[in-house]
Amino acid sequence: MKFARLIWANMARGKVRTTLTIGSYAVALFLFGLLGAIQTAFNQGVEVAGADRLVARNKISLIMPLPVSYKERILQLPGVKCVTYATWFGGKYQDDKNFFPQFAIDTGTWLETYPEYEVPAAEWSAFLADREGCVIGRGTAEKYGFKVGDRVPIIATIFGGVWEFNVDGIYTGRRQEDDVTQFWFHGAYLEERRQWGKGMVGWYIVKVDSPDRAVSVSKAIDRRFANSSWETKTETESAFASGFVKQMGNIKLLILVIGGVVFFTLLLVTGNTMAMSVRERTGEIAVLKTIGFSGRTVLWLVLAESLAYAAQGGIIGLAAVKLYTLRGDPTGGMLPLFYLSGGRMALGLAVALLLGAAAGVIPAALAMRLRIVEALRRV
Amino acid sequence: MGPAIPIPYTLRSLRSRWRSNLVAVAGIAGVVAVFIAMLAMAKGFQATLVESGSPKNAIIMRGGASTEMESVVTKEELRVISDAPQVARDAKNRAMASGEVVVITAFKHKASGSDALGQVRGVTPMALEVHDGVRVALGRFLNPGTAELVAGRNASEMYEGLKLGDRPRFGGLTWTVVGILDAKGSAYDSEVWADNAVLNQTYKRPLDIFSSVTVRLAEPSSLKSFKAALAADPRLTVSVQRENEYYASQSRMMTALIKVLGFLVAGVMGVGAVFGAFNTMYLAVSARSREIATLRALGFGPASVVAAFLLESLLLAFAGGVVGCAAAMPLNGVTTSTLNFQSFSQIAFAFRITPGLMAEGVAFALFMGFWGGLLPSLRAARLRVAQALREL
Repeated sequence: MKFARLIWANMARGKVRTTLTIGSYAVALFLFGLLGAIQTAFNQGVEVAGADRLVARNKISLIMPLPVSYKERILQLPGVKCVTYATWFGGKYQDDKNFFPQFAIDTGTWLETYPEYEVPAAEWSAFLADREGCVIGRGTAEKYGFKVGDRVPIIATIFGGVWEFNVDGIYTGRRQEDDVTQFWFHGAYLEERRQWGKGMVGWYIVKVDSPDRAVSVSKAIDRRFANSSWETKTETESAFASGFVKQMGNIKLLILVIGGVVFFTLLLVTGNTMAMSVRERTGEIAVLKTIGFSGRTVLWLVLAESLAYAAQGGIIGLAAVKLYTLRGDPTGGMLPLFYLSGGRMALGLAVALLLGAAAGVIPAALAMRLRIVEALRRV
Repeated sequence: MGPAIPIPYTLRSLRSRWRSNLVAVAGIAGVVAVFIAMLAMAKGFQATLVESGSPKNAIIMRGGASTEMESVVTKEELRVISDAPQVARDAKNRAMASGEVVVITAFKHKASGSDALGQVRGVTPMALEVHDGVRVALGRFLNPGTAELVAGRNASEMYEGLKLGDRPRFGGLTWTVVGILDAKGSAYDSEVWADNAVLNQTYKRPLDIFSSVTVRLAEPSSLKSFKAALAADPRLTVSVQRENEYYASQSRMMTALIKVLGFLVAGVMGVGAVFGAFNTMYLAVSARSREIATLRALGFGPASVVAAFLLESLLLAFAGGVVGCAAAMPLNGVTTSTLNFQSFSQIAFAFRITPGLMAEGVAFALFMGFWGGLLPSLRAARLRVAQALREL
């Protein structure tokens, strides 16, 4: 640490070059954070999935419904703690572009199954008492300016007509990664107003006693309804969600492959810069060695400088990308879970330091091996 | 401004510093390759959907529905629509109106090994007449009223059990694949076609409903009067769109997603590459201060020096752009697939690298080269001649 000032002085000497090197790291780490947020967004669902929750849907296809009577029948199976259901409403608000998912839910059991969602008790009881009520996620509410007490018209693309709802509550997620873009309303209201498909619901969410029983319970559910006219396919919530992620497949992979390319390029650029600055300082390093600095100390001096660039650039880049992700989804609704976790930021900083070490190691080794006589003769 | 610095001088100085120049070229090439790949993906996806629709056709859905899956059209409505004078008639004087049922089902996706949502379209033989871009490439078309399937070329490749002669099971029925469709790379290539009545039965839908009706217009220009005629008919509450416009709107979300992410990533990388070019040029300038001073002393003006260094930077960027194009080129025509949010089903599409896209890539490279080279060359021009020459 006693050489901190020396390192600092070296860095401050070539201001443009220092700025550029730090800037390169900042850009790379910004990209790292961005790719991380994109990956999280594509993986939504999988990361928030409850290990003790199963999704039971129609075996033929997700778009096909299941009878509402299945709720009681699933509840009778051993290992099942609670059961709730939802139906995809598929409405739009004003315009095609304003997309957020709307679910007609079983209000009595919904929050019990999804404890990660929080609604103020007063708002929730107002919702229960209001047949045309709805509860909206904070994200969607903020985006469209919905407030408790508003009346929101939703154009029903599947069921037809314009349905108006009273906003009775705003829900939030306990965790940062929880989806706060949903719109919930009474399944009973849908049942009352729909003109076809009465007595059917979209899918069931089943909570089991313990995650260990997830597989056996899902098999039991499918067995229960096998050979009926509405067969089910039950899987854990994370398997259900990762099924969708896998379908996005190639696009995600492509975006993430880029990350590797960029780091490689960055390594070349910064390695080059460090090599240049060491070459320029050949004389100085020779002098340092002449006055008694050991080869190892010189090695550490160069490495420390390289690491200092990496650390500063990394912090700047990560701070910038964090600020960027706080602004929310850049695609306007398609990636509701666009955020950067603390773990990923820590990983980013570690990667930056690793890059710094890698970029500095060859120039540092050159400086260590520098032979004084030869170096001084060159000057 | 004094005489221009000869171009061979610029070329030679590029060669003499090839190592650091190579780094700059590689950086720019990487950015350009990514830029082109992302846009080629967005373009390919969009083209796949846009080319599915024909400007000669109109698609009719229930009013308010934005995709076929959300829409319901009854047999009665189909009859009314078919009677409209704007609908073309085929050689046998039948109205060229195809009522179609659209559902999705889970197929086993070969590449990921898991279930993927595939679109199944219930049709009658009229579908082949109306969708004239689709033809049976292998085998034969399905017989009405049977559990026979014809699979699109990409669907047959993408999913297990959809080869000619295979007998896949879904929806409680065992089907037979009797033909493979070729739809020239459009969205129909990702679909599986079945008989509409059988499909309705399997999916426990009422037997006399469709999801949409596609008609061939007698005159492509008659869409407006066709629309007006249907809107005026009290028996119908439907929306009419030109088919290619409908398909273009189906690609909107996914194309926007790819583009936003692509531009974001390429933009950030671009900033990085400008830094790289900046660094290279800056080093070039500071290492050559004596040389620059000599040029100035010989009578080359500051503007010529700026021009020479900018040229150097632009040449580096151009080389990077060309290498980037070449690196992205193997992607052209590669078929991949993703889930289209709007139709909620897998769609296969091919990367499409057009000359225009490559030109955009090179232009992007030159843009980076210009900004990367500008400040260092200004610095070169401001160099104090006497001082630089003294610094031996």
